Amino acid sequence: MNNGKLLIVSSSPHLLNNESTRSIMWIVSLFLLPSIAFGIFAFGAYAGLVVLFSILFSILTEAAVQLIRKQKVTILDGSAFLTGALIGMNMPPQVPLYIPIITSIFATGLVKHAFGGLGQNWANPAIAGRVFALVAWSKYMTTWTVPFDADAVTTATPLGALKSALLEGNIDLSSTFAEQVGLSKFFYGPIQVLQSLPGEVIKTDTTYFNLFFGLKGGCIGEISVFLLLLGGIYLIYRKIVSIDIPLSFFLTVAVVAWIFDGTRFGLGYFHGDPIFHLLTGGCALGALFMATDMVTTPITIKGRIIFGIGCGLITMLVRMYGGLPEGVSLSILFMNMLTPMIDRFIKVKPFGFVKK
Amino acid sequence: MSFKKSFGYRGAHPDDYKYITNKNSISFTDVPDRVYIPVIQHIGAPAKIVVSVGQVVEEGQLIAEADGFVSANIHSSIPGTVAAIEERYISVGKKSKTIVIELNGEFRKSGKNIHLTDWKSMTKDQLLKKIKDYGIVGMGGATFPTHVKLTIPNGKNVDTLIINGAECEPYITGDHRLMIDRSEDLLEGINIINKILDVRNIYIGIESNKKDAIKRLKTLCLNRYNIKVVPLRVKYPQGDEKQIIKAITNRVVQVDQLPSDVGVIVQNVATVIAIKEAIVNDKPLIDRIVTVSGSGVKEPKNLKVKIGTLLKEVIEECGGLKEDVKKVVIGGPMMGFAQYDLEVPVTKGCSAVVALSEDDYTDFIPNGICLNCGKCINACAFGLAPTVINKYIKYNLFDKAAESGLMYCKECGACAWSCPARIPLVQNFRLGKDIYRKLTEKKKKNKG
Repeated sequence: MNNGKLLIVSSSPHLLNNESTRSIMWIVSLFLLPSIAFGIFAFGAYAGLVVLFSILFSILTEAAVQLIRKQKVTILDGSAFLTGALIGMNMPPQVPLYIPIITSIFATGLVKHAFGGLGQNWANPAIAGRVFALVAWSKYMTTWTVPFDADAVTTATPLGALKSALLEGNIDLSSTFAEQVGLSKFFYGPIQVLQSLPGEVIKTDTTYFNLFFGLKGGCIGEISVFLLLLGGIYLIYRKIVSIDIPLSFFLTVAVVAWIFDGTRFGLGYFHGDPIFHLLTGGCALGALFMATDMVTTPITIKGRIIFGIGCGLITMLVRMYGGLPEGVSLSILFMNMLTPMIDRFIKVKPFGFVKK
Repeated sequence: MSFKKSFGYRGAHPDDYKYITNKNSISFTDVPDRVYIPVIQHIGAPAKIVVSVGQVVEEGQLIAEADGFVSANIHSSIPGTVAAIEERYISVGKKSKTIVIELNGEFRKSGKNIHLTDWKSMTKDQLLKKIKDYGIVGMGGATFPTHVKLTIPNGKNVDTLIINGAECEPYITGDHRLMIDRSEDLLEGINIINKILDVRNIYIGIESNKKDAIKRLKTLCLNRYNIKVVPLRVKYPQGDEKQIIKAITNRVVQVDQLPSDVGVIVQNVATVIAIKEAIVNDKPLIDRIVTVSGSGVKEPKNLKVKIGTLLKEVIEECGGLKEDVKKVVIGGPMMGFAQYDLEVPVTKGCSAVVALSEDDYTDFIPNGICLNCGKCINACAFGLAPTVINKYIKYNLFDKAAESGLMYCKECGACAWSCPARIPLVQNFRLGKDIYRKLTEKKKKNKG
């Protein structure tokens, strides 16, 4: 009856979801490609080289470590590719090539494999890599160029220009702005400040449109919020990325910005500009692709919401009161470290379970 | 799109594959030459054999009787001679005493419209006794003796009856076809149970992938004010007793409670029809509907199969297996048992035979790396954290695993289905439960 063939016996269930670790990693990578392509389109072929070297050295490091440790080489599962791609996306367009290379080796080798490889890393390797590079090569990591400019003229990012303008205090905030608008406009502040700055500081015109579609200074992969959102929404729809972290992240940033950010411009509470903060810096890239790394986020929905809120809070604290213009990567790194703690205290409640 | 009831936000959504057989009406099989009837076909004590080798038995004759309250009678499914009483493997992978009957003589019951009992004049106890005598057990797969379930202990007040037509396991369409082909019998069975329980509300819960069944039962129940047909969202494991109670009545059965503690009794569609046949047509539970489906079967069908028919004969009835078959599963693919051999008999709890070919077959990765994605937690309808429990078991921390709810796991398979790392979670839990039970027994012994 079995035609002499043996039947497989195993424990139930006998059907499995089509989704695998490998498919998740590659699909996420696939939906990063439009943003990378836009970055290369905007900043020129050199940006492509930066991304390529990041990916290449991430994969090579993984292979090397696994060969040395006599493990199965798993470079085809996409996780090394994804780490490399994210590192490349987090690099400024004109960075010397040794920076992405060393960062990739650091991220994959030290952050990921020194702690046991896939599933064991304590922080998102790409985030840890970005912070590492930022600390190690601050000058190169904060030099930006104007997009769609053949001469690669340097400029500042909207957040950077805003921070230095406020720190240097060369614009008069206290009287003019409050009087100009008479607190009539709902959102007011950053955009107007940036537009009033002299042209040599920030060379891109700061409007919501430009911020959304990527006509601003910034890292290779973070400038086009539009493309990142498209990819992110698709991944959320396919349930590859869970919506809880991006949503709570965005909402926290928006609410905190709305309530407190106006004070920086002498406008009092509830006059901050949430849209500006959502569209600038690494907010979209961080919330949709980097804070949602499964390994380093809590396992419960409640825990993930706490994670997202924490990320949003720290991001806004750094942006408003910190010395650095941008805090997304710091906030994610910090919350990554808190994840085991969150998982320890936030537990699921069994169905019909009553404590005696 | 209308809002449909379900048990909460957790759960899994496997493809249902119902289209393979949901248009096929129930067809009959050839009578087998020999049947192999095991005495373990239900939860509880094995039945006690009351026939001896060489004895001539009639169709529907009692051949093994219930041994204790939680046990069930077993009847011969064909007329013939007892050829042997031997130990044989049954579908769940353990051995059971099995009565082998060789076909001989005349069918006095099958196909004949024998006298109809007027059950309305029977008392509650007479009805319960008849259900017990005729060996009715829950036919959704758990095979809990029905008379035990319908005997409500003193002090409990049952006000709701739920007829479980969720059929949330992929591939299976037996209950679906019964609800369409034998809907009148189903309603009569509901009336009989209602006479025993005397409840206020009766719900028929059907997952909304069975639109024709919902429509048919809704039209039939138009003038039955106390029966409500409830369409349920398609989600696994909707058909679990506690989950369907939550979905329909929003009552929560606590972990150490029975459904009757919250005033609900759940009966499966096939069981209700078996009760009707037993009470009205004097027919013991000697056959059942088996869905034979899957990509590895040549002609998928819904079959009425005599209890004790060997799996290979059932499959032959459906044109046999395809060349590239990998797995043959008794029961649904989520909770069923993979068979290594087709010489096992169909028992009372065997709702389906699913043959999976190479296309549908995916292997687990025993050392799969957990990514902490939390998909298993979102899948677990019982609110457990499978990944956490699995890690405790991996590092031999069985007490911790039990603290995290290991023993409340129903092994429904939703977590393992949704795991992208393909970790065999359910298998690990079974192992963990087994070891934990043995360890606690040992501890008790050492204390005492």
